[in-house]
Amino acid sequence: MRTSRRNFIKISSIGVGGAAVAGAAVNWTSGQIINEVIPKSFQYKKTSTYCEVCFWKCAGWVTTNENGEVWKVEGHQDDPHCHGRLCPRGTGGVGMYYDEDRLKTPLIRRTKNGKQVYEEASWEDAFAYIANKLELIKEKYGPECVALFTHGSGGKFLGQFLKAYGSNNITAPSFAQCRGPREVAFLSTFGELVLSPERTDIRDTKCLVLIGSHIGENMHNGQVQEMSQAIDNGATIITVDPRFSTAASKSKHWLPIKPATDLALLLAWINVIINEGWFDKEYVEKYCFGFEELKAHVQQYTPEWAYGITTIEPQVIRDTAKEMAKASPAVIIHPGRHVTWYGDDTQRLRAVAILNALLGSWGRRGGFYNPEKVSLPEFPHPPFPKPEKTWKDSFPDQFNLAYEVLSSGICEASIPSPERDCSFKGWIVNGTNLIQTLPNQQQTLDAIQNLELLVVIDTMPMEITGYADVVLPECTYLERYDAIRNSPHREPYLALRMPATQPKYNSKPDWWIAKKLAEKMGLGAYFGWKNIEEMLDWQLKKVGSSLKEMQKLGVKKMNREYDDLYFAKGEEIEFNTNTGKIELFSTELQAEGFDPMPKYTPHPEPQEGFYRLNYGRAPMHTFSRTSNNPNLHALMPENALWVNPKVARQWGLKNGQEIWLKNQDGKVSDFPIKVRITERIRWDSVYMVHGFGHKEQRLSRANGKGASDTQMITNVMMDPIMGGTGMRGNFVTFLIEKPEKEEVTL
Amino acid sequence: MKEELIISGRMNPKIDPELAIWHWEIPFYLFVGGLAAGILFFASFYYLRGKENEMPNTIKWAPILAPILLVAGLGALFLDLNHKLYFWQLYTIIKLQSPMSWGAWTLLVITPLSMLWCFSYLGELFPKWNWKSQMLSKLENYVIKKRRIIAWVMVFFSVILGIYTGILLSAFNARPLWNTSILGPLFLTSGLSAGAAFILLISKNKYEKQLFRKIDLIIIAVELFFIIHMFMGFLASTQVQIEAAQLFLGGDFTLPFWVFVVFLGMIVPALLEYLEMKGQKIPSYIPAVLVIFGSLMLRFIIVNAGQVSRYLY
Amino acid sequence: MRYAMAIDTRKCVGCSDCVVACQIENKVPEGFCRDWVVEATSGTYPKLELEIRSERCNQCGNAPCVRCCPTGSSHYAEGGIVLVDPDKCIGCGACIASCPYDARYVHPEGYVDKCTFCIQRVRKGQQPACVEVCPTKCMYFGDLDDPNSEVAIKLKERKHKTLIPEAGTDPHLYFLI
Repeated sequence: MRTSRRNFIKISSIGVGGAAVAGAAVNWTSGQIINEVIPKSFQYKKTSTYCEVCFWKCAGWVTTNENGEVWKVEGHQDDPHCHGRLCPRGTGGVGMYYDEDRLKTPLIRRTKNGKQVYEEASWEDAFAYIANKLELIKEKYGPECVALFTHGSGGKFLGQFLKAYGSNNITAPSFAQCRGPREVAFLSTFGELVLSPERTDIRDTKCLVLIGSHIGENMHNGQVQEMSQAIDNGATIITVDPRFSTAASKSKHWLPIKPATDLALLLAWINVIINEGWFDKEYVEKYCFGFEELKAHVQQYTPEWAYGITTIEPQVIRDTAKEMAKASPAVIIHPGRHVTWYGDDTQRLRAVAILNALLGSWGRRGGFYNPEKVSLPEFPHPPFPKPEKTWKDSFPDQFNLAYEVLSSGICEASIPSPERDCSFKGWIVNGTNLIQTLPNQQQTLDAIQNLELLVVIDTMPMEITGYADVVLPECTYLERYDAIRNSPHREPYLALRMPATQPKYNSKPDWWIAKKLAEKMGLGAYFGWKNIEEMLDWQLKKVGSSLKEMQKLGVKKMNREYDDLYFAKGEEIEFNTNTGKIELFSTELQAEGFDPMPKYTPHPEPQEGFYRLNYGRAPMHTFSRTSNNPNLHALMPENALWVNPKVARQWGLKNGQEIWLKNQDGKVSDFPIKVRITERIRWDSVYMVHGFGHKEQRLSRANGKGASDTQMITNVMMDPIMGGTGMRGNFVTFLIEKPEKEEVTL
Repeated sequence: MKEELIISGRMNPKIDPELAIWHWEIPFYLFVGGLAAGILFFASFYYLRGKENEMPNTIKWAPILAPILLVAGLGALFLDLNHKLYFWQLYTIIKLQSPMSWGAWTLLVITPLSMLWCFSYLGELFPKWNWKSQMLSKLENYVIKKRRIIAWVMVFFSVILGIYTGILLSAFNARPLWNTSILGPLFLTSGLSAGAAFILLISKNKYEKQLFRKIDLIIIAVELFFIIHMFMGFLASTQVQIEAAQLFLGGDFTLPFWVFVVFLGMIVPALLEYLEMKGQKIPSYIPAVLVIFGSLMLRFIIVNAGQVSRYLY
Repeated sequence: MRYAMAIDTRKCVGCSDCVVACQIENKVPEGFCRDWVVEATSGTYPKLELEIRSERCNQCGNAPCVRCCPTGSSHYAEGGIVLVDPDKCIGCGACIASCPYDARYVHPEGYVDKCTFCIQRVRKGQQPACVEVCPTKCMYFGDLDDPNSEVAIKLKERKHKTLIPEAGTDPHLYFLI
């Protein structure tokens, strides 16, 4: 048995720290600031917000009743993210506020009688603890050895703090665990990113091609709305998915592809479109680089070749290619969002980008538009200290094309090894439950054991909080101001989030946490504003609005600076690539030593009795963060394992039967999962919704409901180009009987 | 494969995963209503036929149970209500289309009538009884004089009550199993059969016993005919009703229904009664208790199985 | 005036926003719902069809719940909306047993509750909460007697169906197919 520095602490062992809580409500120093904008009488008052339940950040109005209690959140009519209609998570966002399992007060890990417990603390004590540890790390290892993991609006302020402290290692799992490959692929092809919200012009498209992308189940609001519009407009939808997804059911063509062979299909499509002359000749000639090389390269990838790999008939490949060509340029081969699948993801997304380029959809109506956002100046602050090292120093000559910090990379580099210079010693984690987010849980846990400081800032007692030295309770988005939402769209729009009510318990907004911590460490100059209103007002006035106006409007449409939503006919365009053109043949990848054009490589297949683990999203939940939300839990309390009836017959499984999962590495699921026997899944794979199987008992609703897919993802297929963690090379088998409990000590 | 499932987590208590709005109260209420209807029917019917002296158990003794049953039934009905303090709303309106309304009103009529009936015989059955009240004695005399009218009203309402216990269910065409008009006559005959069995149970009178054995045999035969007919009807009907019938033809309710209701509740007592008639020595309480038990089981099984049978999902 | 709702099964993605919006708008007690979403799959892999339906009270023209209610608590309100008057409801469960759509439930306070087409909103000229929130705009609500209403137009243009028409309840929840 291994003894550990950092035991997982459950709520049952929380010690009461004494006076800290009692004085807390009064101590809440910024309360007054917020009070100013909350009038005394609440007559179903509406206050502006933008949603924080997922990254889409739809703007909306919060209605509070006469007692000042939050009643409902509704979408903002003018907001292009939602057009007045929030998704179920946004509508159920009130549950985040009302969840009685919320983190209520700062907690500090202490050892009492040889046992590790959390002691309730005052904010002052928590800041003192963190500041002290950060100073120590700075002295011993340098400030660069502290990293911030963040997923959410608060990251902006915590990031400012980290940079002031001296580190640039700010990371979000949304890159290496999610959309990184598509961004790198599109960057190397078009010289630009896909961005979020995606620049896909689904509203006006004639043909939408989804490669494993399950729009409708992933509830990316604006995109779902536009897909619905596209259906109304009679657009052709082509869905490639081994599972009969919701989107597949809305499609004219569903291609039930053999899992892990998408790249073969994409290459065959490129082959057909080139050889049949269905590509946009003028566009390719004018804008693209490397067409002849590509043409020669794809000759090997005929539909007949692809048939043997993908099980999609050659005629179907030709027919669907024809559909795309017919719609060109109003066609979108969708880049997807979570695309870290098999480790060659950047190359697969390169094929997607190339296909879009051949069909001339980039920069065209019904294809990809050119979004614009407001250039919002930063509140003046002293220059940040220049870090001497970055995370990349831990990976010499690797991942040069990763333009964002790899969460998984930081995690890996936190485990000491002789080759590594900067091994991370401190983590600040905000709004991301790394235990359920990063694949290979063991690595995450090992990394945590080697930290000298782990600060977790969250609204909920997610698993990661159980490993923290200090837990800081963040208030929910309904109780706070945040940075102005300024996201790229067809027209630039600004949106304001302001508190609809006072923070519950002893929770605080991130801006306050960051500012106070900075002040504690003598870095107050980086937060030169008195309160956040002053900062927001300053920023807004610089772009011709004001805080007052935004409080009234909620959302403000600004004017585009350039009239370049689409390419003008015959327009000369300089792309931001080495050749200044759309690179069908990537000089950048070539220079880095990678294939300049995508090649098909087969991926491992499940052994007898094992099934490929596919996972995805349900429209009612965001990752693992909403599973305890009372409103959303009611819609979907647990996930189920989709099993094809043939497989179920072989195993003698019944609908609703609880089974345990065991993966190729012998990892057994903590919790059982109910079987859903359905024709909608192929016999060689199983499917489950991500984000369930919470081990944390403080999540009273979600604890033990369903199983965690992340736990089963121990095999990570690393994308050598940008460090993405391919997660779909994991295979599971079924355990009918409850497995023997292993003694796990971490 | 057809897969139809609710994906938004609906789990309304008493509705999901299958309807369970009615527990023991309603089948119990239907059972005691049917039994009381049977007892009161035979009492008033034979009274009107002028058998007052030949059939004292039928006309005078058995009805004493009826008001007790009816009050117990009303009590069960009350317990079943979820919004109890508002029960009086039942008696603010007569809704002819609502069997529940019918039942409430029928009980309101027949319960006091059955009480009056028993009241009128108390003096005769218990000669030492003394009302110690002028008014009550006067009332007694008055009621005794009006027995014939009471009997006419009672014979009519007892049939309504008996049929009603079945119609309450068959009016719900939302439940394929209940959606058959045979349920009314079936529950009426079951009630009559239970009533006859009860009289057999308490009677020491040979004439009465022989008569009710015969009556019971005929009623059981009719009941069996109804049951067979009911299944024929289901199987010749829509898919949902075929599925409803399957609950008894291989489904979850097969064993309890055929064993407790049909075999032990009808066939065995019918055989025993036949043998008794032929002169075999058989304790006469055995078939009687079996019939009453079968009648009770019939209500419970039909009420529960009906709630399981549904159109959707 | 005849209120009705039509739901486009071609657009509905089953997100269940209608359900949560209803629960919050109407303060439906935790653990209950007035509307729900059904996924119906037919066929064999890979020849499959999927129909997603947001379901609720069908506001029947010939409502068995109204018929069998012993106290007149269940009644027709304006536009044919079937309502329950909690002050008349005794909670006998007859309406629940009578509803082929299983659209009713017993409120924890004892009376029976169900979808009202958000009559309190409709009276103010708003759409029912479920319709207003639907991200795919797959739900249409309005007056069938008004030929220019969105719902009347959709029902004229599109093939549609109702649920369990054989129950003879004259349902007013339509599914565009």
